[in-house]
Amino acid sequence: METAYIEVQKLSKTYSAKNGTVEALKEISLSIPQNEIFGIIGLSGAGKSTLVRCLNLLEKPDSGTVIINGEDLLTLSKEQLRIRRQKIGMIFQHFNLLEQQTVLENVCFPLEIRGIPVKQRKEKALQLLKQVGLEDKAKAYPSQLSGGQKQRVAIARVLANDPDILLCDEATSALDPETTKIILNLLKEIHDTMGITIVIITHEMKVIQEICTQMAVLHKGSLQECGSAEEILKNPKSKAAKRLLMIKETEEETDYVG
Amino acid sequence: MLDKAMLEMLLEGIRDTLYMTLLSTFFGYIIGLPLGIVLTLTDKDGIAPNKIIYRILDIIINITRSIPFLILLILLIPLTKLIVGKSYGATATIVPLTFAAAPLIGRMVESSLKEVNQGVIEAAISMGARKRMIIFKVLIGEARTSLLVGVTIVLGTVLGYSAMAGVVGGGGLGDIAIRYGYYRYNTKIMLITLIFIVVIVQLMQGLGMLAAKRLDHRR
Repeated sequence: METAYIEVQKLSKTYSAKNGTVEALKEISLSIPQNEIFGIIGLSGAGKSTLVRCLNLLEKPDSGTVIINGEDLLTLSKEQLRIRRQKIGMIFQHFNLLEQQTVLENVCFPLEIRGIPVKQRKEKALQLLKQVGLEDKAKAYPSQLSGGQKQRVAIARVLANDPDILLCDEATSALDPETTKIILNLLKEIHDTMGITIVIITHEMKVIQEICTQMAVLHKGSLQECGSAEEILKNPKSKAAKRLLMIKETEEETDYVG
Repeated sequence: MLDKAMLEMLLEGIRDTLYMTLLSTFFGYIIGLPLGIVLTLTDKDGIAPNKIIYRILDIIINITRSIPFLILLILLIPLTKLIVGKSYGATATIVPLTFAAAPLIGRMVESSLKEVNQGVIEAAISMGARKRMIIFKVLIGEARTSLLVGVTIVLGTVLGYSAMAGVVGGGGLGDIAIRYGYYRYNTKIMLITLIFIVVIVQLMQGLGMLAAKRLDHRR
């Protein structure tokens, strides 16, 4: 049995909404081994975004524990958590780049946070931009880039801190299928060359199919199924997984007809 | 048309008006900028929510903002005397002007900083940024265009207030307009000073907008 790198135990989170409360997460327990590409899939409202945001405590769970590499994040002091977060990278659906800063300055930002001297910052940032194929855009501003390019900048930015974990919150949901493929390939390449554990949140089966080695299916805040991605894709047991696979097939048919 | 003494008086008026407006705005920002930052941080969606601090500042700002400037001017006379030594003239007017500008600036800064995309702030938190870094690099850095537009609006408002100070001998173009136009029925002088005020406001507005546009890289 592989040892868990990210271990989530009995995680619960409830939001208060206008009409009562919403249980976003109901006692989720999950273990993610090191060096996997772990997909978490579910329809909107399944709680997957809340779950991934609990992994770096952007969201504080009501109860449960989040253990990363043997360290219980909820027991850390504010300052310890701040330092720990520097090694847990996160990329977002809407990229979240600094709009008033150049591409190069955006990639330098995490290094600036860590107090790395300007010259070294720039060197490292340029090298990362090269890695994501955007060295010619260093002086451009995010508004001058396409969605796919923006996400590549975000990936370069997240790699600047040499993270051991990369969390992807619907990172390809705002992109077209072609660009999605490019970004997923880039993530896979990063995983293969740098050995980073990747957690991907998505509502699209094809994202899982493309790069995930393991997966979990979430439905209305509860864990439905968890295990090898290949296994679940071939032989889904839960209703939610079957439904998600069906959606994908219908989409493919429409693609074909269209 | 205008004799030399008149011209000198007008030039002095322009100088006094600029002196009052710029210095009061500057001092206003020394109080208002931190005020706006604290309001943004302590609001319920901010990065350091604190209901009590937010409520207290919110109420203070609302109260001071609802006092008409002319009344504030009179209310602050003892304080002005304490700080400047006298209660009339351009320098003395800077005191009430600063107090009128600060809460307005606090609100303007708050509204500018709250325009910053929450996602970008979250990204900075996820990178392990300190609060200071988030304030300066993310909040102020990303909102700089909006902040500059705010400065332009504040300058125009403060200039308008400074003209009102003419009623109590505050100096500047407003003072001239009131003394000659209102007390002595010299419509010509009043109109000329008015034109100067309009031109100054236009220039500040134009320059401010130009600078804001230059600094904006969002499109």
